[in-house]
Amino acid sequence: MAEAKKSVRELQRLATQIRRDVVEMIGGEGAVGHLGGSCSSADVIAVLYGHKMRHRPEDPGFAGRDKFLYSKGHAAIAQYAVLAELGYFQRAELKTIKALGSRLQGHPDRTKTPGIEAGTGSLGQGLSVANGLALAMRLDKTGRKVYCLMGDGEIAEGQIWEAAMASAHYRIDNLVGILDRNRLQATGATKDRFNTEPLPEKWRSFGWHVIEADGHDIEALIAAFDEADTVKGKPTIVIADTVKGKGISFAENVVAFHNGAMTKEQYEAALAELDARLAELAG
Amino acid sequence: MNKTQNSQRTAYGEELVALGREDPNVVALEADLGKSTMSYLFGEAFPERYFEMGIAEQNMMSTAAGLAAGGKTAFASTFAVFAFGRPYDQIRQTISIGRLNVKICGSSAGLSDFGDGSTHQAIEDVAVMSAIPNMTVFTPCDAAETRKAVRAAAAIEGPVYIRVCRNPVTDYTKADDVFEPGKLRVLREGGDVALIAHGVMVDAAMDAAEALSARGISAKVINAATMKPFDYEGCARLCEGLRAVVTAEEHTFIGGLASAVALALRGRGTPMDFVAIMDEFGQSAHSANELYEHYGLTASAIEQKAAALLGV
Repeated sequence: MAEAKKSVRELQRLATQIRRDVVEMIGGEGAVGHLGGSCSSADVIAVLYGHKMRHRPEDPGFAGRDKFLYSKGHAAIAQYAVLAELGYFQRAELKTIKALGSRLQGHPDRTKTPGIEAGTGSLGQGLSVANGLALAMRLDKTGRKVYCLMGDGEIAEGQIWEAAMASAHYRIDNLVGILDRNRLQATGATKDRFNTEPLPEKWRSFGWHVIEADGHDIEALIAAFDEADTVKGKPTIVIADTVKGKGISFAENVVAFHNGAMTKEQYEAALAELDARLAELAG
Repeated sequence: MNKTQNSQRTAYGEELVALGREDPNVVALEADLGKSTMSYLFGEAFPERYFEMGIAEQNMMSTAAGLAAGGKTAFASTFAVFAFGRPYDQIRQTISIGRLNVKICGSSAGLSDFGDGSTHQAIEDVAVMSAIPNMTVFTPCDAAETRKAVRAAAAIEGPVYIRVCRNPVTDYTKADDVFEPGKLRVLREGGDVALIAHGVMVDAAMDAAEALSARGISAKVINAATMKPFDYEGCARLCEGLRAVVTAEEHTFIGGLASAVALALRGRGTPMDFVAIMDEFGQSAHSANELYEHYGLTASAIEQKAAALLGV
């Protein structure tokens, strides 16, 4: 059966737990990991997997499922976290991330990990793949949707815009793009390094229905995805304003945590902050 | 011998339609060259399952990947040079790592798009596609074999690259011949020298065998319709006891048939030579034959190399 829809508070807990899992996967022993972009998109992931999407953790290949694709594949650790939290595989397996022979690769691999629809990692290709998944659903008349999360730095890749034109040309209304607008990329602020704004105007002119939302407001995200359900004949993009490193004070809006290592002290501080938040949400 | 000729690309389009009729999961994508690749025939038969992706090959390949991940068998076609090069990353990252059922038709391959020149002549496609793990590479020699390659591609789990010529090619295989992916096939028996070829060079190899026969040399002609996985063992077996081996391909000598046969025969001491494009690009000409002559991709070149190896 489909996962039961979670309440707002439960989704906040799930998002916080995703962040905690991400921190644990990166650890405090000098290993690097994509902390910033995983945490900026954690609330979106929680809302999609915990509330919006129809899917079956015990049967990942279930034909009537909605599908999620992280076009910015480097944030896959957040997806591994939610998949583990919801039971696609054991939470203990998260510890094997990037280990030789692990099912949890540095970037998503559909041949290895349950719940991964297609490989991403070479940036700018996920939206095209999402179009293909959505067209296959249309042919099969499943009535389901594809959700594809992109980064605001990633959309410098030209193929995103080829895909954006294709989504509009084929009137793919069972596709929802999410733009994780955290305003930072690997080497600095997106507007300084390579400006991809103005985003709403660009997507609108490409024939998309545009919704802007606070990417950390669970209720706003639910409303955005519900609004997307009402849009027919064109694709929808939710431009989610987010904070890179959200939920971990020392990492928020800090470029170094795009793909950085935490010191032992930072690691412990991050866990303490997230544990405090979890306790608050439990109470 | 009376030669008949047929079009590989018409065979591609027609077989795709036949396949689509049998299997509703077959879809096709094109990048504005459907009238050349002949995939438009599929579009006319099954408009719902045919996706014109515009002049955007990278997007086409990734969309094909998505369709395949969604359970479809996706055939994506365009000129070979735009099918393997421009979307290389898309083919590698999502399609091949993901072992997705995307079947890529590289049409107008080799020098066969004679007029358009080097930008449109894929002379390294077999090498590049063969280098990708999980990829299968078919290089059919005629129209009937192209049909079988399309069938075989659909039956294989994972990505396939099919190399197709623009111009009509001589018929050497028959509709009821068995096409075994991954196997070399003897088209003409002989006991002195093996001539191993694929694609349009099979015709040249057959002509060379005829010319060698007139000189008292018995040539075995072997068709290499699968370049990957290459039949290394079969190659060594078929060449056993022969005094020389010559390969012939409409492709750079780097990473193609010459390389594969050299690997297959390593350590055996069989004298070997090759006919191929050297490390250079093509150019425009008024006919494909003019280019084949210029780059030495001819029956007489094969004959001369074989005779030289045999010391006659």
